[in-house]
Amino acid sequence: MVAVPAASLVFAFFASGLVLLATGHDALSSYRRLFDAAFLNRGALGDTLVSATPLAFTGLAAAAAFRMRLFNIGGEGQLYIGAITAAAAGLYFGGSGGPSAFAIAAMVVAGCAGGAAWALIPGILRAFFRTNVIITSLMLNYVAGYLLTYLIFNSQSYWRQTIGFNASVFPTSKQLPNSAIWPAATVHVHGGVALPLGAGFAVLAAGLLWVLYSRTRFGFEANVLGDSARAARYAGMRTRRKILAVMAISGAIAGLGGASQDGDFRHTLDADPNGLQRQFYGYSGIVVAALARYNPLAVLLVAFLIGGLQNAGNTLQGADFPSGLVGVIQGIILFSALGGELLVRYRIRVRRRERAGSAPAAEVT
Amino acid sequence: MRGITKRFPGVVANDDVGFEAAAGEVHALLGENGAGKSTLSNILTGLYRPDEGEIHVYGERVEFHAPRDALDAGISMVHQHFRLVDRFTVAENVALGDHRREGRAFRLRSRAIERRVAELGERYGLAVDPRAHIWQLSVGEQQRVEILKALYLDARILILDEPTAVLTPQEAEVLFGTLRELAADGRTIVFISHKLHEVKAVSNRVTVLRAGRNVATVDAAEATPRSLAELMVGRGLGEGVRAAPREAGEVVLALDDVWADGDRRGAAVKGVSLQVRAGEIVAVAGVAGNGQRELAEAIAGIRPATKGSIRVAGKTPRAGDPRAAIAAGIAYVPEDRLGTGLAPSISIASNFALKSYREPPASTGPLLRLRRMRDRALELIKRYHIAAPGPQVPVRLLSGGNLQKVVLAREFSGRPKMLVAGSPTRGLDVGAIESVHAYLHEAAANGVGILLLSEDLDEILTLADRIAVIYEGQIAGETARADANVEEIGLLMAGGQDPRRD
Repeated sequence: MVAVPAASLVFAFFASGLVLLATGHDALSSYRRLFDAAFLNRGALGDTLVSATPLAFTGLAAAAAFRMRLFNIGGEGQLYIGAITAAAAGLYFGGSGGPSAFAIAAMVVAGCAGGAAWALIPGILRAFFRTNVIITSLMLNYVAGYLLTYLIFNSQSYWRQTIGFNASVFPTSKQLPNSAIWPAATVHVHGGVALPLGAGFAVLAAGLLWVLYSRTRFGFEANVLGDSARAARYAGMRTRRKILAVMAISGAIAGLGGASQDGDFRHTLDADPNGLQRQFYGYSGIVVAALARYNPLAVLLVAFLIGGLQNAGNTLQGADFPSGLVGVIQGIILFSALGGELLVRYRIRVRRRERAGSAPAAEVT
Repeated sequence: MRGITKRFPGVVANDDVGFEAAAGEVHALLGENGAGKSTLSNILTGLYRPDEGEIHVYGERVEFHAPRDALDAGISMVHQHFRLVDRFTVAENVALGDHRREGRAFRLRSRAIERRVAELGERYGLAVDPRAHIWQLSVGEQQRVEILKALYLDARILILDEPTAVLTPQEAEVLFGTLRELAADGRTIVFISHKLHEVKAVSNRVTVLRAGRNVATVDAAEATPRSLAELMVGRGLGEGVRAAPREAGEVVLALDDVWADGDRRGAAVKGVSLQVRAGEIVAVAGVAGNGQRELAEAIAGIRPATKGSIRVAGKTPRAGDPRAAIAAGIAYVPEDRLGTGLAPSISIASNFALKSYREPPASTGPLLRLRRMRDRALELIKRYHIAAPGPQVPVRLLSGGNLQKVVLAREFSGRPKMLVAGSPTRGLDVGAIESVHAYLHEAAANGVGILLLSEDLDEILTLADRIAVIYEGQIAGETARADANVEEIGLLMAGGQDPRRD
């Protein structure tokens, strides 16, 4: 079923075109520039991958949980925590003079563990106290956000850069040592496109998730649980265990996204105290997962497209380009995707109201 | 209704169907499930629009665009599953259904409504306290509220869909009295059922539907249950499945003073002791909601027993652990087929594997063997004559009878020692009921102990070797079938009191 998401995309571009026309822009040329900036210009693909990689992680994280109807909205916070734990691992092991591969592996493990642990908090609350995952996981995003701010901005933590003149003027986090920086493979087309290691991990994670959900007992149980919790209980499935496991997997993927932010792109926990928190990767990931209908392989594709859109928006922002356009398009895509789902399920019937008095009163015979 | 045709993708649910009912008549619509009764009544109440055909109400050709139009024409329906708001009072529910007056008013004039409800109740023998909350009422009383709702709207034509499915024999008698009175008052009653003796007892004329077509309209007085059944099924009927007397073996299920909590506060099962032997069918008769479901779930391990012991073939599986119960040899056919017994949106093949996916051949280690699961599904679909487009379609697309066959096929293929079945034929048509009964007999003949929880006395009397009656979570009486007396069982089901006395 690609009809609904595809139709949503078309509709979104059409509707945003109307917005562009109404504000006095040339819709077609704006789209042309958008497309060029996302995929065709020199260096565009590499930048698109930078935007798409975190979206792939958070999209996969959301898809993994949503498939079981565990609405983990906490990908945002889990990504922060993963970034924090992975940065600690990178600083510690990268600085110890060991091989780079070891430091990277430690970051991966730490990022996954951090995200998983954070996701297990709402998981445990759901499994044992039947609380609403949407609310608890959402609230924990703010906690994680404040924790991140605190570590860099309001404390003398392990992560904070304390040496040097700049650091005394403006707080920032420590740079990762070179051996903790993730390598990127460069493909020599179109002036060179860097494939970040994190993108590879995301593809791997998507493949594993797909196998997990469609070919294993674990996935079988998750599918039954997502469909009918009563049927799962009837069949003797361990509901609580499954909730914990799926939340941990979801959190681990988001956490890995955080680790990839450290290792692939930022090379530090967070340079600007609000940098990571301004991206809303976790929330965008939910949109990605929904458009991909929770199919892990489709998540990769959607993340790439949305990543391109965001990248183009960033590149083109300026006086001659409508800066809100990308946001508008994204919003309309989501809106029409959700609306499309409704249209698939319900039928709209137009019916004219008869004029009052035109129908004679029923006669009793 | 004349020449009504309604097509759904792939099926013609009604093919040139029609019937006429006069004012003052109780007109029965008789047919198996899938015969088109529900479609026809949904058309009559404006839920569906016919592709062809006309509806005339009191001589006037009408066209319904929405259920509201049908209500305006004086047609009301009492659904099998009540449309009532539990937390509202009787009067509030009645007002809710009235989109013309009270339901639209900003201020609820509860006094006036209560008075009118009480009046109507008195006039037609539908006694309910207008101020009672729905959740406080018995099923029979809730049904009266549904009828009151229709009367409050001045319904001239009243459609009742399987109204006796939830009633004891005595309550049904009371209902029939009410229906006759309503008809005597000049109203038209359309009575949908597949229970033959009821149709004969209450209606003036009977329209029989089969496979979406009209078969015949006959006078109830001249018809016999047998002739009606043959019209309905379209062939001569066997004498019912009555297997040779079985040798009861050792005890496979022993309940001793079992208690279990209900979903609301308090115990729903209060000290039940029962034994089922291998090859024996023991029926627990009772009106729905007297602890049957909780008892069945306690045995199946879904609901922990709070007290007492449940022994299966001499062993005691861990309480409240469905997997332990399955391992001990308990098969369970839950009343709620789609949702508990089956996961609606996953494939038929997966539903067949719902309990066996953990072991070979459905899986090896952590990996599923999808091809083997599919082959197994094909085999079971064939062996149990399940009408299904294929093993990969979502199970919810099957009809009720086929859903039940999927559940039974899966449960029997687990080689159980003991089968607990909750209302296994509820809502099924005659053909499907026959095959479910045959499967239960066959299982008993193969030495499976069967505990049948049902409110259908006909079914209990044809199947059971022993009958226990449950009332408010306790066994009110137990008897061998040979000594069974329908009247007495009915009384015990109603708590030993005659419901006519009110």
